[in-house]
Amino acid sequence: MTLPLRIVVNGSPVFYEGAPGRRLSDVLRHDLGLTGTKTGCDAGDCGACTVLLDGQQVCACLVPMGQLANRGVVTVEGLGAHGALSRLQKAFHKHGAAQCGACTPGMLMAAVELLAQRTAPTRTEVEDAIGGVLCRCTGYVKIIDAVLDAVSIDVAISAGPAVGTAVGASVLKVDGLAKITGVEKFGADGIPADALWLRVVRSPHHRATFTLGDMTAFTMARGLVRILTAADVPANAFSIFPELRDQPVLANGEVRYRGDAVLALVGSRAVLEDIADDELPIAWTPLPPLLGFAAADARLVHADRPGNLLVEGRVVRGDATVAAAYTAEVSIETTFVEHAYIEPEAGWARREGDRLVIHVSTQSPFLDRDETAHVLGLPPDQVVIAPTACGGGFGGKLDLSVQPLVGLEAWLLDRPVACVYSRPESMMASTKRHPAAITTRMGCDADGILLSCRVEARFDTGAYASWGPTVANRVPIHAPGPYRVPNVATHAVALHSNGPPAGAFRGFGVPQAALAHEAAMDQLARRLGIDRLEFRYRNALRSGDSTPTGQVLEHSVGLRACIDAMRPHWKRLLADCAIINAQETHLRRGAGIACMWYGIGNTSISNPSTMRIALRRDGRVVLLNGAVDIGQGSNTVLAQIAADALGVTLDHIDVVMGQTDLAADAGKTSASRQTFVSGKATELAALALRQKILRLVNADDTAHIHFEDDSVVIDDGTLRHRLDLGRLDADALDHVLVGEGRFDPLSGPLDEHGQGQPYATYAFGAQIAVVEVDVELGTTRVVKIVAAHDVGKAINPQQVMGQIHGGVAQGIGMALMEAYVPGRTENLHDYLIPTAGDVPDIECLLIEDAEPLGPSGAKGVGEPGLIATAPAILGAIEHAVGIRPDVLPVLPHRLYALLRG
Amino acid sequence: MGDYVRPAGLDEALEHLARRPYAVVAGATDLYPAHVGRSLQGHLLDISGILTLRGIVRHDDHWRIGATTTWSDLIAADLPPLFDGLKQAAREIGGRQIQNAGTLGGNICNASPAADGVPPLLALDAEVELASVDGMVRLPLAAFVNRSRSTARKRGQLLTGILVPQPALPCRSAFAKLGARRYLVISIASVAAMIEIDCGLVSRARVAVGACSPVPCRLPELEAALRGAVLDKRLGDCVTESHLAALAPIDDIRADASYRRAAVTVMVRRILNQLGPA
Ligand SMILES: Cc1cc2nc3c(=O)[nH]c(=O)nc-3n(C[C@H](O)[C@H](O)[C@H](O)COP(=O)(O)OP(=O)(O)OC[C@H]3O[C@@H](n4cnc5c(N)ncnc54)[C@H](O)[C@@H]3O)c2cc1C
Ligand code: FES
Ligand code: FES
Repeated sequence: MTLPLRIVVNGSPVFYEGAPGRRLSDVLRHDLGLTGTKTGCDAGDCGACTVLLDGQQVCACLVPMGQLANRGVVTVEGLGAHGALSRLQKAFHKHGAAQCGACTPGMLMAAVELLAQRTAPTRTEVEDAIGGVLCRCTGYVKIIDAVLDAVSIDVAISAGPAVGTAVGASVLKVDGLAKITGVEKFGADGIPADALWLRVVRSPHHRATFTLGDMTAFTMARGLVRILTAADVPANAFSIFPELRDQPVLANGEVRYRGDAVLALVGSRAVLEDIADDELPIAWTPLPPLLGFAAADARLVHADRPGNLLVEGRVVRGDATVAAAYTAEVSIETTFVEHAYIEPEAGWARREGDRLVIHVSTQSPFLDRDETAHVLGLPPDQVVIAPTACGGGFGGKLDLSVQPLVGLEAWLLDRPVACVYSRPESMMASTKRHPAAITTRMGCDADGILLSCRVEARFDTGAYASWGPTVANRVPIHAPGPYRVPNVATHAVALHSNGPPAGAFRGFGVPQAALAHEAAMDQLARRLGIDRLEFRYRNALRSGDSTPTGQVLEHSVGLRACIDAMRPHWKRLLADCAIINAQETHLRRGAGIACMWYGIGNTSISNPSTMRIALRRDGRVVLLNGAVDIGQGSNTVLAQIAADALGVTLDHIDVVMGQTDLAADAGKTSASRQTFVSGKATELAALALRQKILRLVNADDTAHIHFEDDSVVIDDGTLRHRLDLGRLDADALDHVLVGEGRFDPLSGPLDEHGQGQPYATYAFGAQIAVVEVDVELGTTRVVKIVAAHDVGKAINPQQVMGQIHGGVAQGIGMALMEAYVPGRTENLHDYLIPTAGDVPDIECLLIEDAEPLGPSGAKGVGEPGLIATAPAILGAIEHAVGIRPDVLPVLPHRLYALLRG
Repeated sequence: MGDYVRPAGLDEALEHLARRPYAVVAGATDLYPAHVGRSLQGHLLDISGILTLRGIVRHDDHWRIGATTTWSDLIAADLPPLFDGLKQAAREIGGRQIQNAGTLGGNICNASPAADGVPPLLALDAEVELASVDGMVRLPLAAFVNRSRSTARKRGQLLTGILVPQPALPCRSAFAKLGARRYLVISIASVAAMIEIDCGLVSRARVAVGACSPVPCRLPELEAALRGAVLDKRLGDCVTESHLAALAPIDDIRADASYRRAAVTVMVRRILNQLGPA
């Protein structure tokens, strides 16, 4: 072949002279700077890298450069003419089809191929067209809507809402344009050209000891810059909780799970690519691992944690052994579940004088800063975390990943250092949802009023603490479900194993617990002969009730409203099932219902968020936002809150996200807390700024504020004041006035019986799932979900629905297909997540039972969307075939075995 | 760095192959996933530029499918019902991106037990055509894909085409695949069938199964049982697990062996029932 190759990329010729065996995706991103094309797997499995090649969609990670002579490639950067959005892009924007945006370029390109072939595609054709692109955030609902809408001649994007009406409006995402044009910079997208690269070598064994050979010789022989070992790490332990720091940055002679970090190789990308892990001089002595639950095992994962017990939690109220007319007992078992965000962990660090700046995809910049500073032995204010856009987190980017290693090496070498995990590495190394073994017993009286609930829950917390304590604390509180239960005894333990560290994953153990309490509720309803919905309604918590921790719920308990909203759907769907089942084919239809509740924010500990809003000298308002938007939309929601509180239009507000030296600590993007906690802090900050503005001109509280060029006009009905911003003093960032707000919802520790107020408020919800089971094959297809959620106030209904859609999709995955098995499913073709063809029609019913503490009454919705889905699906399977699976996921062969007895 | 050649003509390609043990690159959809994080390594012979290897041509008594014909080419081609099953398989391969790039020849040569293209081609009694500087040879597909992840391809040989005999009688074919999700899924099992019809009776049947043995294979006992059967919507009712003697399913993360047997029985029954009615 003759080099250079001439390729036409987005209409312009490009000449390529490198290796013909390189991937097109690699060249687009690294040689041509077209980082709009994402890579999530390098194996054709995720479709994030989808581009058009001579008009056909292909995975750019599977195209060798050698095949491209004189061919035309179109990437997301080539969509739309002369900077204008294409109709498809407009439709994506309008429908909120991009959440984190990591899948968006691939989705767009896949849809472009379809729209070039079909002027009016059907829904099935759209699903077929995008079936090869995975999305972990949206449940595909809005994406499919957007593609279907893109055929209309003029996709109308509405103008922003008028002053004072941003809250409650489905405004467009403030960062939406960046995501649909491909200019958004994720963790791997802004790496400087002169950066060195770092790759972590990880343990191939679940448990082993090892000794290192001559690393210096290897470094020299292979042209590496350095190999970091445990000896190079100043303080070689980190965790979420400072008192539990048990995870080494680089293992020191002993590994505790397959994926434990052992070495960090530093060098050029090309040099790193040429080295296979098993070439390194590491002498392994594998040891028999401890996998699964084995509390009494003599093999301790950590010598100082007897019984492999990390932590336990309990709630005791009344006498849970009271006699009951009807009792139910159920046990369920779940497995490790992988977050499978489309963007693998990535970031880079640069030393800037005596500061270390780390650009990284994260959910928790302030925790990253503190833990990285600890590892490096630096004061926290010398470390700056500058969060990049985050291509999905779901809890998996709450733990440190690349931060300490790129930070350490950049600090030592005074050169930028970057690290991007491969998909197998991301899956091996990162935390997982806890496998659970839960037994729940519930009792009720002859009238179907719940009397008691006992729960014994074991969680496999894997090799290191991570967020394990949070699960063991949260589960006992939530394990009886969102019901009035006077007598409760719940207990949860988190036990170590040589599995991957189990950490935070959308719901912190509550989704697992819900599988058990909802199975018990169905069992009781059946024994009583009461409709499953009505039985739940009868026992649902309402305002004025006490929870099992003795907390009195004063406000915002919208569960009964959720169930009421579902009732007509439930009746109709049950009737549909009966009609279909009367045909007696191999397909059986069933409907299931499940309820959930979820305490918003961290459990039993202080939960503060501080927000700042600045008025710049040029008249722009800047939201200095320490809360990271991981796709769920907090940048937009917080801007909506700020706009209304300040009395300006949304387009007047710029959002600066997460950088730890600019923004104040808003806590982690976890526990569904950002709308509630940071939203309130934002409202307070905006009001504080407004007060400052009013005070400067002595206007009264009811005055209107609006902006004219570089002045602010304050009109209190009688007087019009003009505040000339140029005349005010500004700080280094050109801020003339700054308002600050802090909110820390009241929550406190529980006593030894688990009594107290662990959360300030709770989200409630209920979902119906309809499934079709093929009784001859054991396969299950979800055909419909109805989801009713009490969100307090839907600040942005479109985004709330987006969260529910995404949660439902993850719930479907958890119920039917997802199982992470170390060493077996470390890629996205053996580990399956739902595709566009696996998520049914989802009907969202938004209930707004205002929470007085929250901004405009809002609570949270990030995690709730997922919790009820799997139990509803299991209930639907039971309704369809008369047997309820108790081991997840319900793979076809498992259900088949149950059906055959 | 290895050598990378991308000839435009077959002869040139065969000369390269005669000189060096090049790894053949077609759509690269099987090759790259085996090298996550790395480029393709070694000496590579890219056959995607050889136009004569791509496309489907009808000859007097057979059809020839070029080795680099993609799944999308196949879906778009105007073909008789004989190929319905193969087309159904093409639509079930990966997602659109994989169908646009992946080739039939690559699917065969990769020799995965779960290759979805192989059962329908076995049901069509396909042969493969292998070329080298020494000339052309033909082999029945079942003799070519002889062990898991290995073929009878000799050094210097290139798979150039797939030959499908044109049956004298009218025929029908079908394919079905079972996986734990809708798209992008490795088959738990796949089944393909072709029947030739004579006066409302099955004069010949071929049934093949994937992902239930080291390489996809046919079910001779069942094929024998179907001969002479009446063509109606109960054609598949005769299928029992005893017809699956040729299979040797295994337990893996996707399913266990006993399930695979049971599921294949059902799947074969269903596609035959679907082929039965007029
Ligand atoms: C995400 C994804 C999903 C997939 N889904 C499916 C699926 O559902 N079902 C399925 O069956 N497969 C699937 N595959 C596998 C793959 O796409 C197919 O097997 C495809 O047909 C391979 O063709 P190719 O041209 O890309 O092969 P290549 O990767 O180019 O080659 C595969 C092998 O065959 C050799 N080879 C190729 N052509 C020749 C030739 N003419 N002569 C000699 N040797 C040759 C190569 O050297 C290599 O060893 C999937 C792959 C990916 C990445
Ligand atoms: S990066 Fe190409 S498909 Fe995932
Ligand atoms: S929006 Fe699709 S992966 Fe996040």
